[in-house]
Amino acid sequence: MEKARPLWDNPLQFVFACISYAVGLGNVWRFPYLCQMYGGGGFLIPYIIMLIVEGMPLLYLELAVGQRMRKGSIGAWKIISPYLCGVGVASVVVSFFLSMYYNVINAWAFWYLFHSFQDPLPWATCPLNSNRTGYEEECEKTSSTQYFWYRQTLNISPSLETSGTVQWEQALCLILAWLVVYLCILRGTASTGKVVYVTASLPYCVLIIYLIRGLTLHGAVNGLIYMFTPKLEQLSNPKTWISAATQIFFSLGLGFGSLIAFASYNDPSNNCERHAIIVSLINSTTSIFASIVTFSIYGFKATFNYESCINKVILLLMNTFDLEEGSLTADNLSEMKDYLMAAHPQEYAQLSPQLKNCSLEAELDTAVQGTGLAFIVYSEAIKNMEVSQLYSVLYFAMLLMLGIGSMLGNTAAILTPLTDSKAITSRFSKEVISGFVCFINCIIGLIFTMEAGNYWFDIFNDYAATLSLLLIVLVETIAVCYIYGLRRFEKDLQTMIGRKLNWNPSIPSVGWHTGAAGDKRLPQLRPGSDRAAGGLIHHVHTPGGTPNFHKEETEEGKSLHCRMNTENWIGKDLTHTTSDRALLEASSNHYL
Amino acid sequence: MLGVLLLAFSVVSVASAELCKPDAQNAFKVRLSIKTALGDNAYAWDANEEYLFKAMIAFTMRRYSSKSTTQISNVLLCNVTDRVSFWFVVTDSSKNTTTVPGSEVEAAIRMNRNRINSAFLLSDKTLQFLKISTTLSPPVEPSTPVWLIVFGVVLSLIVAGIVFLVVSGIQQRKKKNKESTERENLEEKGEVTITIENGIPCETLDLKAGHVNGVFAADDERFTSL
Repeated sequence: MEKARPLWDNPLQFVFACISYAVGLGNVWRFPYLCQMYGGGGFLIPYIIMLIVEGMPLLYLELAVGQRMRKGSIGAWKIISPYLCGVGVASVVVSFFLSMYYNVINAWAFWYLFHSFQDPLPWATCPLNSNRTGYEEECEKTSSTQYFWYRQTLNISPSLETSGTVQWEQALCLILAWLVVYLCILRGTASTGKVVYVTASLPYCVLIIYLIRGLTLHGAVNGLIYMFTPKLEQLSNPKTWISAATQIFFSLGLGFGSLIAFASYNDPSNNCERHAIIVSLINSTTSIFASIVTFSIYGFKATFNYESCINKVILLLMNTFDLEEGSLTADNLSEMKDYLMAAHPQEYAQLSPQLKNCSLEAELDTAVQGTGLAFIVYSEAIKNMEVSQLYSVLYFAMLLMLGIGSMLGNTAAILTPLTDSKAITSRFSKEVISGFVCFINCIIGLIFTMEAGNYWFDIFNDYAATLSLLLIVLVETIAVCYIYGLRRFEKDLQTMIGRKLNWNPSIPSVGWHTGAAGDKRLPQLRPGSDRAAGGLIHHVHTPGGTPNFHKEETEEGKSLHCRMNTENWIGKDLTHTTSDRALLEASSNHYL
Repeated sequence: MLGVLLLAFSVVSVASAELCKPDAQNAFKVRLSIKTALGDNAYAWDANEEYLFKAMIAFTMRRYSSKSTTQISNVLLCNVTDRVSFWFVVTDSSKNTTTVPGSEVEAAIRMNRNRINSAFLLSDKTLQFLKISTTLSPPVEPSTPVWLIVFGVVLSLIVAGIVFLVVSGIQQRKKKNKESTERENLEEKGEVTITIENGIPCETLDLKAGHVNGVFAADDERFTSL
């Protein structure tokens, strides 16, 4: 007896799963940095263009492949062509690399979350040195938040060669992070489907709270003005366009096989076109939304630092020249400095190395991305807010949700091909396979909890997934367009969704990738060629994607109905079901 | 007579001027930041406040060494600026011409720092004795770090969830196995016929995975009549 393929309870779970996977830490810590580097508000122009040209088509492609083939990445590409199962294997390997190092971020988020229940926050003040006369030297030279991150969290060693020991606190947090992931994927879509309701929606609640809080902070406006003033000259810089393209690409998580895995658990008549558009739009909107929050926080932090710098200079001058308190303010500082330079030249000259030139621009210019932004800049801003514990807990809980949502996708990409393979499922149950994968990843992930772990993390972050993904997606697009056949794919999509496509998904992405003109035929009704397949499929509007085909006139359509009601439609037994033969021969089948 | 008095007075003032001057031996510089500490409630620094300061230092010296007989007149202040900073020195009570060693004064002040601070409503940061480094109080550390407690709570919840799901999964599988073996036994006895289409028992077709198409399921003839 064939076991039914598990499905999402409703299409909403699928959309939430995709959103939860796509909206991840990159939206929060990479996009604001890119915005800042490549022209502020002007960066939105290449970003939106790339979204429409590259993001949506590729997302649609992956979702459609998964939904149609109803298998994980290895199985899906094997169906397209047996020579292509290497693409699937490559996706699984890349997902494996990613899940190895990505969960360490969740471990760090847990660590900060657990430390947020203290008053004052541990990264708010430097610890005292051994004879209690002052603060720790290392902490004095940098800042308390950096000290907490580099010394108390990572305990970082001076270089990659000195590996040091495994930090037991980080190892514990990593084990906890993997246990959480295991709990969420334990029952497959049944458990994942419930969890994604939380992981998809909680970050938005927190972002809204932070938006309100951020905009009311003193100095937030400075950051927002700085971000949104478009510097349109950056548009002529090719790096801007490349960064926009890569950001869209990696933000949507294409090429890992997670989207194929998620879509394979879909009802075959699910409207994946609409979902692709929704998911990509939500992903980009979240990026922009998160960057508004980030820039108001930046503005607050920069203004705070600028004002402390000014206060330090004022104090230094007052103490040296024994001026009355209150005589030096931020406004008259420059005049007073000139006066003092003229009146007491020698003492002023002695003092001048210590007098820093405070500049708000310089503070705002410190563009940070990655873990530095999330764990240092944000925590620095949080410690200066009132009720900092609450904001801290909310923020790190949000980071956790974003991270776990992405991890669910990664592990689904690894587990779906494994559970599809009969050889493995006959011997081990799903729980054992998931547990085994989590266990292996956890053990390997302990590398990143060593003292040199952050260096390893940077290596993996920069090299594990970048080039391989581009190649994988390039081969995917070529495979679907030329090996499987664009027309055949179009037809499959039409039968799945039930209506005419209004734009061909793969063509823009092929054009982008190969740079060639590609096959630019538009999917109009082509009566001549379709008649060979046994009849026209008329344009039928299906609200909500439910298979309401009773308006169909063709034999093909009728046979399609029957198959919709059983589990065996198209996927595995294509070659053995005789009623499919007509469809097979008509669509110029190349394989098997 | 007047001349002698004048001479004595000038000698004393010269002596005290020599004892108390910036960077003199055993002299300490004090800096107050009253406006920073108190804002609108700041008091002005005048002769009365100086008198209080001298009294506090004398009190400190007496408290430090119980045999000390320091008087207020033994504490000399000089070079008072608008910043509110000045130098002070403590002279020996027995001989007015020598000063108490700086180390003694430092130790005395360290011991009684709180009392001095609270007399002026200031803190270690706003009433600074420039050569005397303060002993900072360490933060309160609970015996078990807080994070471990939270970690323990979360960990136990997660583990409980995993155990629950795994155990219920095993139980479900056992029940299904039992049911299928029962059904097989019944099938062998030929008592139950199960309708099958395409190798799939019809019960599974009623699961959420399939949609019953109204056109074809309109009547009860789901299977083509023979």
